[in-house]
Amino acid sequence: MTLETAVAAALFAGVVIYALFGGADFGSGFYDLTAGGTRRGAAVRTLIDHSIGPVWEANHVWLIYVLVMWWTGFPASFAAAMNTLILPMFLALLGIVLRGAAFAFRKFAPTVTQARLYGAIFAASSLITPFFLGTVAGAIASGRVPATRRGDLWTSWLNPTSLWGGAIAVGSCAFLAGTFLTADAYRGGRIDLVTSLRRRTLVVGAATGAVVFAALIPILRDAPTLAAGLTGRAAPLIAISGLTGATTLALIAARRYQPARVTAVLAVASVISGWGLGQYPWLLVDEVRIDDAAAAPATLIGLLVVVALAGIVVLPPLVYLLKLTQSADWTHH
Amino acid sequence: MALSLGWHIILASFGVAWPAMILVAHWRGVYRRDDVALGLAQRWAKVSAVLFAIGAVSGTVLSFEMGLLWPGLMGRYGGVLGLPFAFEGLSFFVEAIFLGLYLYGWGRIPPRRHLLMLVPMAAAGVVGSYCVISVNAWMNMPVGFRLVDGQVVDVNPWAVLFNPGAILQFAHMWVAAYMIVGFLVAGVYAAGMLRGRYDRHHRLGFTIPLVFASAGALVQPLVGHVLGLRIAEAQPAKLAAFELATDTESPSPLRLGGLLINGQVRYSLDIPSLGSIIARNSFTAPVQGLDTIAPTDEPPINITHVAFQSMVGIGTLLFLAVALYWFARWRGRDLLSNRWALRFAVLAGPLGVLAMELGWVATEVGRQPWVVYGYLRTRDAAGDNPQIWILLVATAVLYTGLTIGAALVLRSMARRWRAGEEDLPSPYGPQSDAAGGSRPPTDREATTP
Ligand code: HDD
Ligand code: HEM
Ligand code: HEM
Repeated sequence: MTLETAVAAALFAGVVIYALFGGADFGSGFYDLTAGGTRRGAAVRTLIDHSIGPVWEANHVWLIYVLVMWWTGFPASFAAAMNTLILPMFLALLGIVLRGAAFAFRKFAPTVTQARLYGAIFAASSLITPFFLGTVAGAIASGRVPATRRGDLWTSWLNPTSLWGGAIAVGSCAFLAGTFLTADAYRGGRIDLVTSLRRRTLVVGAATGAVVFAALIPILRDAPTLAAGLTGRAAPLIAISGLTGATTLALIAARRYQPARVTAVLAVASVISGWGLGQYPWLLVDEVRIDDAAAAPATLIGLLVVVALAGIVVLPPLVYLLKLTQSADWTHH
Repeated sequence: MALSLGWHIILASFGVAWPAMILVAHWRGVYRRDDVALGLAQRWAKVSAVLFAIGAVSGTVLSFEMGLLWPGLMGRYGGVLGLPFAFEGLSFFVEAIFLGLYLYGWGRIPPRRHLLMLVPMAAAGVVGSYCVISVNAWMNMPVGFRLVDGQVVDVNPWAVLFNPGAILQFAHMWVAAYMIVGFLVAGVYAAGMLRGRYDRHHRLGFTIPLVFASAGALVQPLVGHVLGLRIAEAQPAKLAAFELATDTESPSPLRLGGLLINGQVRYSLDIPSLGSIIARNSFTAPVQGLDTIAPTDEPPINITHVAFQSMVGIGTLLFLAVALYWFARWRGRDLLSNRWALRFAVLAGPLGVLAMELGWVATEVGRQPWVVYGYLRTRDAAGDNPQIWILLVATAVLYTGLTIGAALVLRSMARRWRAGEEDLPSPYGPQSDAAGGSRPPTDREATTP
C-alpha cells in the first residue's frame, strides 16, 4: 500500500465510523420526531436523551477527524469539493449546529413549550444533516466535482445519485438508531417502548434495504464509474450488506435485540465501504486520483502518526465510554 | 470567519479553563467532604454541558468555513498547516469522551475515579488550544516550507506545530482563557452578593474562579510584553501600527491614544523614549515607522492601534484591580462588603472578553494585507464567492439565536436552582412518568449521589 492510499484509507475509515456512530445519533431524530405528542412521546424522548447524551459529542468528533484528514492529506481536493458543494455543505453544517445546540438546550429548557421547540429543531435537523451529507457523497461519487474549476452549484448535488445517496444516508441512520434504541429499551426493561420501537425499526429497515438496492438502477446510468466499481470489485460488500441487513431484520423480528446491533452495524458499514471501494482509486471520481491529490510525504507521515496516536490515546477511553453506556448498570441507573 | 472565531473563542476558553476550576471545587467536595463545593462542581458541570455543546458545534462551523471561505489558503497550504489541526482533533476527541464520562458519571462512577475524569479534559483543552494557536502563530511567522516558482515544496509540518512563535502566543491566550472564565464565573457570584446573598455558596463560588483569574491577570502583562518584543523583527508593519509610529524615531515615544487622520497623528499623548523601552527593551532602538513600509503592505492603522492599546489598557486595569483586592485582603480588609468592588467584579468578566477580542483584532488586522505573512495575501486566499454575504448574514443570525437560546436556558437553570430545585425536572412532558410506571430515573435524578 502506498503512503497516499494508507492516508486515504485512514480518512475513509473515519467516514465509515462517523456514518456508524454519528449515524446512530442522527437516526434517533427520526424516532424523536415521530414519537407523538408531549405526553405520549415523553418516554421515547427520555430514552433517546439517555442513550445519546453521553456519546454524541464524541461521535461528532469523527466528522472533525474526517474534515481535518481531508484538508491536510488532500488539500486541493478539499478546496475543490467545498467550492462546488458549498450549498449542501452549508446546509449540513446548519443542521449539525442546530441539532447539537437544540439537544443541549432541550435538556435544560425552562418550559415545556420551549423544550418542544428545541426538540423539534433537534429532530428535524437530525434528519436533514445526513441527507445533505449523502448528497455530497453522491456528488463526489458521480464525478460532479471538478478538480480545478467550480462545478454547477445546483446540479452537482441535485441529481439522481446524490438524491439516492441522501435517501440511503437518512434510511441507514434511522435503521441503526432504531436497532440501538430498541436494544436500549429492552435492556432497560421498557417493554412498552420495545414494542413500538421494534415495529418501526422493522419498517425502516425494510424500506432502507429496498432503497439501497433500488438505487443501483439509477446509479448504473448516472454514475458509470461508480457503478462499474459497485458491480465489480465492491460487489461482495454489497452482497454482505444485503445479507447482514436481512439478518438484522430477522433478529429483530425474533426479538433478539443484542446481536441485531452487530449485524446492523455490519450492514451499514458494508454499504459505505462498498461506495469507497467502488470509487477507488478516485478521490473525486473521474477528476482526481488519490495518488495525484496527496499532500507532501512529510505531511502524510505526520497524519499517520496522529492516527497511530489516536489508536493509543483515544480508543481506550472511547471503548470505556461506549461500554459504560451500553452496560446494564448505566441503563438501569 | 472573524465572527465565528470571535464567538467560538469565548466558548473555547471555557473548554480550556473551566475544567480546572471544576476540578478544584469537586476535589474539595470529595476529599474535604465539603458539600458546598460539591454542589458548586455539580452545577458548574451542568452549565458546562450547555456551553461545551455550543462550543463544539461552533468549532465545527470553523472547520467547514476553513474550506468554504479560504480555498486559496487551504488548497495551497492545507498540507503545511494541517498537522496541528489533526492534533487538535485528537485532543477534542479526548475532551469529548471524558466530558461524556464526567457529565454522565455523577453517581455512576465511583467518586474518586469520577473526579479523575476532569484531568484529561483539562489537559486536552490546553493541548487543543496550543495546536490551533500554533497555526495562527505560523500565519504570523511562517516556517516549514519553501516557495519555489509558486509551488510549495520542502514541507515540514512538524516545524509548524513547534514553530518559534507558538509557545508565547499560546501562553498569552491560555492565560487569557483563565482570566475571562475566572472573571465571568466569579462575576456571577458577585452579582448574587450584590443582591444580598452572602452565604458560603456564593463566597466559595466567587473565590475559586477568582484565584485563577487573579493569577492570570497578574502574569498577563508580562507575557504580553514578551510576546510584543518579537514583533519588531517579525512584523514591523504591525508594530508600527500598534505604536502609531509614523516615522522612525530613536528613541521612540510611547503614543497613548491618538488616531491617524490624513497621515497626521492627532489626539495622542506622547511619552518620550518609553516606546523604545517597552517595544524593543532598549533605550535607543527605534520602532520602525510607517514611512518605511510600502502603502500596499500597510495594515488598517487605526483599528490595529486602538484595538491594541485598549487591550493593554484593560489588561493593566485588571492587573491593578486584582492586586488591590489581594493586597486589601492580606491587610485584613474584605472588599466583598464594598458594593463598588462587587460591581467591578461583575464588570471584570466582560472586560476580559473585550480585551481578548481586541487582542485578536490587533493581531489579525495588524497582519493585513497578509494571511500568511509575506507569502499569501488575504485577497488571494479568499474564495471569489459572490454570495458570500448570505453566508455571513446566516452565520450572524444563527449565532444570535444560539446566544439567546443559551442565555435563556442558563437563566432558567439559575432561577430554578435558587428556587431550591436541585434536580431540574424532565423537560419532555408535564408528567413524563405518565408514559410508564417503571420508568428508570432520568439522569437528572441520578445526579444526586
Ligand atoms: C484577557 C485578555 C488579554 C489581556 C488582558 C491582554 N491580552 Fe494581549 N492578546 C490577547 C489577550 C489579552 C489575545 C486575544 O489572546 C491575543 C491575540 C492573539 C494572541 O495570541 O493573543 C493578544 C495579542 C497580543 C499581542 C500581539 C501578538 C502578535 O500579534 O503576535 C501583544 C503584543 C499583546 N497581546 C500584548 C499584551 C500586553 C502588553 C498586555 C498587557 C496588559 C496584554 N496583551 C493584555
Ligand atoms: C487560531 C485562531 C485564528 C485563525 C487561524 C485565524 C485566521 C484568520 C484568517 C485566515 C483570516 C483571513 C485573512 C484576513 O482577513 O486576515 C483572519 C482574519 C481576521 N480574524 Fe482571525 N484567526 C484566528 C483567530 C481570530 C479571533 C479569535 C478573532 C476574534 C475576534 C479574529 C479576528 C479576525 C479579524 C477581525 C479578521 C479580519 C481582518 C480583516 O479583514 O481586516 N481572528 N483570521
Ligand atoms: C481556526 C481556528 C479554529 C478551528 C478550526 C477550531 C475547530 C474546533 C472544532 C472543530 C471544535 C469542536 C470539537 C468537538 O466537537 O468537540 C472546537 C472546539 C474547541 N476549540 Fe476550537 N477551533 C479554532 C480556534 C480555536 C482557538 C483559537 C482555540 C483556543 C483557545 C480553540 C479551542 C477549542 C477548544 C478548547 C474546544 C473544545 C470546546 C469544548 O469542548 O467545548 N479553538 N474547535
